[in-house]
Amino acid sequence: MNPILATAGAEFRIALRNRWVTIAVVMMALFALVLSAAGSAPTGVLGADKLSVTVASLTSLAVYLVPLVALLMSFDAIAGEVERGTLPLVLTYPVSRGQLLAGKFIAHLGILALAVAVGYGIAAGAAMAFDARAVAGLPALLRLYWTSLLLGATFLGIGYAISAFARHPGAAAGLVIGLWLVLIVLYDLGLLAAVVADDGGSFSTVVFPWLLLANPADAFRLYNLAASQATAAASGVGGAAATIPPMQALVVSLLWPVVTFSLALFAFRKVTP
Amino acid sequence: MQSLTLSAVTKTYDGVAALSGVGFTVAPGERVALLGHNGAGKSTLMKIILGLIAADSGQIEVLGAAPGSHAARAACAYLPENVAFHPSLTGLEMIRYYLSLRGEAPAQALALLERVGLADAARRRIGTYSKGMRQRVGLAQALIGTPQLLVLDEPTSGLDPVSRREFYAILDDLAKAGAAILLSSHALTEVEARTDRIVILSKGVMVANDTLASLRRRAGLPIHLQVTARAGAADQVADHLAGQRRNGVMVDLVCAAGDKRARLDQIVGLGALVEDIEITPPSLEDIYSHFSKGGAA
Repeated sequence: MNPILATAGAEFRIALRNRWVTIAVVMMALFALVLSAAGSAPTGVLGADKLSVTVASLTSLAVYLVPLVALLMSFDAIAGEVERGTLPLVLTYPVSRGQLLAGKFIAHLGILALAVAVGYGIAAGAAMAFDARAVAGLPALLRLYWTSLLLGATFLGIGYAISAFARHPGAAAGLVIGLWLVLIVLYDLGLLAAVVADDGGSFSTVVFPWLLLANPADAFRLYNLAASQATAAASGVGGAAATIPPMQALVVSLLWPVVTFSLALFAFRKVTP
Repeated sequence: MQSLTLSAVTKTYDGVAALSGVGFTVAPGERVALLGHNGAGKSTLMKIILGLIAADSGQIEVLGAAPGSHAARAACAYLPENVAFHPSLTGLEMIRYYLSLRGEAPAQALALLERVGLADAARRRIGTYSKGMRQRVGLAQALIGTPQLLVLDEPTSGLDPVSRREFYAILDDLAKAGAAILLSSHALTEVEARTDRIVILSKGVMVANDTLASLRRRAGLPIHLQVTARAGAADQVADHLAGQRRNGVMVDLVCAAGDKRARLDQIVGLGALVEDIEITPPSLEDIYSHFSKGGAA
């Protein structure tokens, strides 16, 4: 068997045994259920179909949850092997570090794909059960699905890079949580504060859109909200979505996974077993 | 062609020399023991041979290729000191994975585990294994394919005496099939009978590289003779032989290797006063400490 697929198979099995698959799936399912229940009231007023509204809510959810799950799965990938002492042996095998990392990546992305599919599937099922027009929202849901995987892939790469850089699982765990907080929570708050302080100056009009695009989580949100008909239901950076062409956000979303995986590979190659 | 050629290999960590000018070769089918105190540079040297870390200077050729190159890794097997595996996988899954990485059929996994006596536990998670069992998994993965060079770091640590015998029997088979074996060990007595040549490292310097017999000769260490006297005759025997009386019946003698025959003649000459003679040549431990203290200089 191909070394990449063999590594992916072993990693998937490990994640299954360590309950990571269960945790990821249950987490996504639970949030999707809560969201479906909470979002069932206002559809009539907005006039949009129920699934499109659900997609808007799911977008806000995915921005928090998908990176978190991706980081939690990836922070141990290299630091854990260093700590357990399993790295020197596998590196004497005729496989490259790129192949090993790719194998882990495929396994973790597969788990994420499964968890997100279950979560979004539940949300879609709930929407369609109560609204016959919900089929109209399916393209938006599909778009949300594959962009969620791009977002997840980006953060898997970040997790691996941190894992290789930190070399200790404890340090890596701390770093990924810190990074999640900064990129997902504080980044937008900081931008918002800057925009408010700038009061319509050059920062808001020139720099701000680029800063939004630069963050993979914001690019994901922008693309989905801009492309979706349900922007009215969106909150937060939704307003900014109108000023940035969705194509730019898509290109950024596609580039980020490549960038972070390359970064991870670079950091992994620096690890001396 | 040599399976492994090292010349003038030097490695320095933060200004401290871990290896200085180490050079030796291992031929196909040869079993070489690498001895040395903790911190003598054995593991560092092995990692350099495997390409896990780079030497500062010197030439290393592994089966005609550069260490760590794809060709070298494809033909080399490694058993690290305190080998570790993912605790969530079973022994069988782990070996299947390693087989896949070497491009071999995963179906051979059970046969490999059988060979190292681990077939019964093959479907249990490695997290439940004892140290000796993990060591067997480590050995099983080192047997994958037909490795031409085996680098084994403390391979028998954690194994009971019976397992050690089985382990060396497997190594003998591999060597007979033409594999070169470089192994480090602390258990000198087992290395004594099971290897063809001994390399001793002391503080990163190679102080010996020879067969055991030849090292023994070069060290010129004294031979111990233990004479058992007839009851009541110990004093008499000790006087005649100018030896040291140990207890009521035993007399200890020390002589140089060259004087052994003359000394034995002397003892035999005492006739009925002597009941038994025990001859103890210098042990590997003696030879090892002789050379590792710089006796080769």
